[in-house]
Amino acid sequence: MPAVSKGDGMRGLAVFISDIRNCKSKEAEIKRINKELANIRSKFKGDKALDGYSKKKYVCKLLFIFLLGHDIDFGHMEAVNLLSSNKYTEKQIGYLFISVLVNSNSELIRLINNAIKNDLSSRNPTFMCLALHCIANVGSREMAEAFAGEIPRILVAGDTMDSVKQSAALCLLRLYKASPDLVLMGEWTSRVVHLLNDQHMGVVTAAISLITCLSSKNPDEFKTCVSLAVSRLSRIVSSASTDLQDYTYYFVPAPWLSCKLLRLLQCYPPPEDGAVKGRLVECLETILNKAQEPPKSKKVQHSNAKNAILFEAISLIIHYDSEPNLLVRACNQLGQFLQHRETNLRYLALESMCTLASSEFSHEAVKTHIETVINALKTERDVSVRQRAADLLYAMCDRSNAKQIVAEMLSYLETADYSIREEMVLKVAILAEKYAVDYSWYVDTILNLIRIAGDYVSEEVWYRVIQIVINRDDVQGYAAKTVFEALQAPACHENMVKVGGYILGEFGNLIAGDPRSSPLVQFNLLHSKFHLCSVPTRALLLSAYIKFINLFPETKATIQEVLRSDSQIRNSDVELQQRAVEYLKLSSIASTDVLATVLEEMPPFPERESSILAKLKKKKGPGAVSVELEDGKERGELNGGGDRGGDAAIAASNASTPSPSADLLGLRSAAPVSGATPSAGSLLVDVFSEAGPAATSAGVNDDGFLRFVCKNNGVLFENQLLQIGIKSEYRQNLGRMYLFYGNKTSVQFVSFNTTVSYEIKSRILNVQTKTVEPLVEGGAQVQQVINIECLTDFIDAPLLNIKFRYGGALQNISLKLPVTINKFFQPTEMAAADFFQRWKQLSQPQQEAQKIFKASHGMDTEVLKAKLLGLGTALLENVDPNPENYVCAGVIQTKAQQVGCLLRLEPNAQAQMYRLTLRSSKDTVSQRVCDLLAEQF
Amino acid sequence: MHFLLLFSRQGKLRLQKWFTPVPEREKKKIVRDMTTMVLGRKPRSCNFLHWKDLKIVYKKYASLYFCCGLDAEENELLALEVLHRYVELLDKYFGNVCELDIIFNFEKAYFILDEFLLGGEVQETSKQVLSRSIEASDMLQEVCFGRSCLLSVLSIIFSVVL
Repeated sequence: MPAVSKGDGMRGLAVFISDIRNCKSKEAEIKRINKELANIRSKFKGDKALDGYSKKKYVCKLLFIFLLGHDIDFGHMEAVNLLSSNKYTEKQIGYLFISVLVNSNSELIRLINNAIKNDLSSRNPTFMCLALHCIANVGSREMAEAFAGEIPRILVAGDTMDSVKQSAALCLLRLYKASPDLVLMGEWTSRVVHLLNDQHMGVVTAAISLITCLSSKNPDEFKTCVSLAVSRLSRIVSSASTDLQDYTYYFVPAPWLSCKLLRLLQCYPPPEDGAVKGRLVECLETILNKAQEPPKSKKVQHSNAKNAILFEAISLIIHYDSEPNLLVRACNQLGQFLQHRETNLRYLALESMCTLASSEFSHEAVKTHIETVINALKTERDVSVRQRAADLLYAMCDRSNAKQIVAEMLSYLETADYSIREEMVLKVAILAEKYAVDYSWYVDTILNLIRIAGDYVSEEVWYRVIQIVINRDDVQGYAAKTVFEALQAPACHENMVKVGGYILGEFGNLIAGDPRSSPLVQFNLLHSKFHLCSVPTRALLLSAYIKFINLFPETKATIQEVLRSDSQIRNSDVELQQRAVEYLKLSSIASTDVLATVLEEMPPFPERESSILAKLKKKKGPGAVSVELEDGKERGELNGGGDRGGDAAIAASNASTPSPSADLLGLRSAAPVSGATPSAGSLLVDVFSEAGPAATSAGVNDDGFLRFVCKNNGVLFENQLLQIGIKSEYRQNLGRMYLFYGNKTSVQFVSFNTTVSYEIKSRILNVQTKTVEPLVEGGAQVQQVINIECLTDFIDAPLLNIKFRYGGALQNISLKLPVTINKFFQPTEMAAADFFQRWKQLSQPQQEAQKIFKASHGMDTEVLKAKLLGLGTALLENVDPNPENYVCAGVIQTKAQQVGCLLRLEPNAQAQMYRLTLRSSKDTVSQRVCDLLAEQF
Repeated sequence: MHFLLLFSRQGKLRLQKWFTPVPEREKKKIVRDMTTMVLGRKPRSCNFLHWKDLKIVYKKYASLYFCCGLDAEENELLALEVLHRYVELLDKYFGNVCELDIIFNFEKAYFILDEFLLGGEVQETSKQVLSRSIEASDMLQEVCFGRSCLLSVLSIIFSVVL
């Protein structure tokens, strides 16, 4: 037992904890706990009312048991009782128990909320803080519903104690993060922003976390905070270390507040006001200067706090990406840290430089440190530092240093830690592909990769090398020669056998002229590996063999012999057996012509996103892949090169039933989007023609919906009874839609009623309608106006429900109103340089959405242009280096924010395919616009 | 900050604080991953790690590891000093704090943490202000407590207290 126990000791608790600690085994511990639980249960159930102290003690024991990892299913009520105790210590334990062990028992929540409400209105600052801590710790939706209205009031009230303000600010932040829709700052906004000016540093420190979070979500409403933050920062930065008393931490003035201020500024672009900007630049320079000053203390806390501010300042400089001078200074500073004796600083410098490498101003400056980084990769003792070094090499790689970096990464791979090998392999493969000027280098690199780290080479990597070799005829001979050589190694990795089998099966003829690699030698070499391989590889080899029979008739007898052997034709694996039987039969009965057709060379693969890149993205999560392709042209030439075969049917492997190698590369799995959706109209007609007395419901019809993505006027719906026309106009985030309901019959519609509903999240669109007259005469047309306000970006469209009676039968029609996010586009004209700079800035993987799809309509230029203009964006001429491509730019206007959006459409007339790429500052927008537009071509 | 964990060299969890909603099962997994990862680090390694989308910052104080999980944009060095300030606060309260103090007075360790961090953000950084408010609530405990059952305290608990 400890010698000191401050405050109130609970002896029973201490004894219990000692007992648990003295338990020799897990069983003994469980036994002791069960005994205690039984004891507590009987106390709680007993006739004698427990006093506050005992209740507190038992609740505390339960809490301890729970924290040990055991389930607790009672005691909640006793804990809630403690909340209403007027003894601080009991209340405190009650709150702690609730914070840790709250369950969603609604009865309990109501009681807890009552107790909290009482404490919040108690005007006792200590009790108020306890209540606020509890709300912040639980942060549930029920609590947000109960208190989100009250807390802002407490936060800004003039008579609230500082400590309560601090708790209120962070409590509100927690509620906002959990249930943003319930926390409405509205009228409080400016008073909350002004907390940045509060005299009490602690209040500012707490409030700024709230302000930062709110600003990042609603930058416009909070933008006044920028100048306040700059002046606060400037006061701190220029203060002497003693000015701020206890807010100076190891001689560094207010490090937490400084960092939070710098973080807040990262929610905004550089200040427009010249004076504010000047002041801020001055601050940043001062921070950079201070880094060069001798330390005021040898303590690590001093340097950590000082450097924390420095790194945050550098983040801000990188975020602005507009001050070349500061960027270069930041880069130099990080360069110094790369060689610092503190491992932490080396780690952070490598990490920070990764982001710096993607700025055009500092990319070159980062590259100058290449030797140091390579050295770090080789010599750092700590694997997590080496990993950052590898990340940085990946980020700083470009055409000029690709060969060096790839070589270094390959040699590092030989000794790399197992935990990071797979990722390293992916990165090497991506860099090799991306910067391959000569493809023999690419092939060498990948084969080396397989040789060095074969186990870590995922399928995506070796699929990719085959795709590229198939698509580029200039490298096929070299690839065949190189795999042939690689296979000669006595022990080679199974992945090498796969690549070798595939490539020799396709292109073995290119090296067959050399007697050292004559057809039979090639075959014997492959077959010598056969018995060591797994079933899928063997299946692939069998396909290679049948291709050999086609390529080299002289090998036919030998190969047939192999296929005929019991170990093949009677193989216990059904796939292998089937292949052996089918290939044997094929080779014996098919004429040479048929054989040549069936086993024709593989056609080039359709161009698409590198599967490796996709894999890396998946592995690392968003934000991890910083290398993007510089201009789409590179991707094009990489895969579009080969021009043989065309769209010939898939030959070879498909001759057999579905087999592992038929979908080897997941080839045709990127199935084109289904063409025009089946016309729902005809179906509706059927339904309505049988309209009996029962109500007919058509389900939701969204056939018309997609036709209106790129146009605003037309017929939305038509059946035998009713035609609905639509005319709409949009300006900024507002829209007005006119609906015309035409009665096509000669009989009147009665009880005609339309409703517009927006089911999912009603706060996204604001839709207002005026009701229409309930009677529509035969042959008449009525009009309805709908006003729409876009509050934030959205996916789901509002539903229009129309009900009326026609000849006694109730008709019920549901339609999606064609309101799509692109309607709120404002076209933006920009020059090529601008476009590419913005394109690069939006380089995080989640900011991009891409689709590759088959053309469903003709690919006429004028039609395409009209559709892109109809989308609402500006069509930019002379931007894309390839005149066949289209690029567009626009800004989506919503009430909450504006979302800049760039678009690129690359048609491939030959393949009748498109690739559509969207980038915007908001992932949901990129994805939605991409989805919508992909259905239009 | 997403969570703060204190565990011993043997991997025994001494304190866990979750600042974002995490299901119980996931908590157990995180605790297991953190202890194996951090305890497996070689001496003189840096104090930072990447784990899934989180940055992990940890530091060892005597026999106890302090470990926290941060968002990608949070500042690692500052987080190290958050851990340090918490240690300082514990130290000031218990006087030469050791692992046993935290085991036997776990509820106090939680209370002190609540004064310092709320919802994963720093609420107050001044050691003076923090200690004052921690002391003040202790006084409050003693006063109330003393009045209610002074006698039993004297008989059972350490006479040091009063």
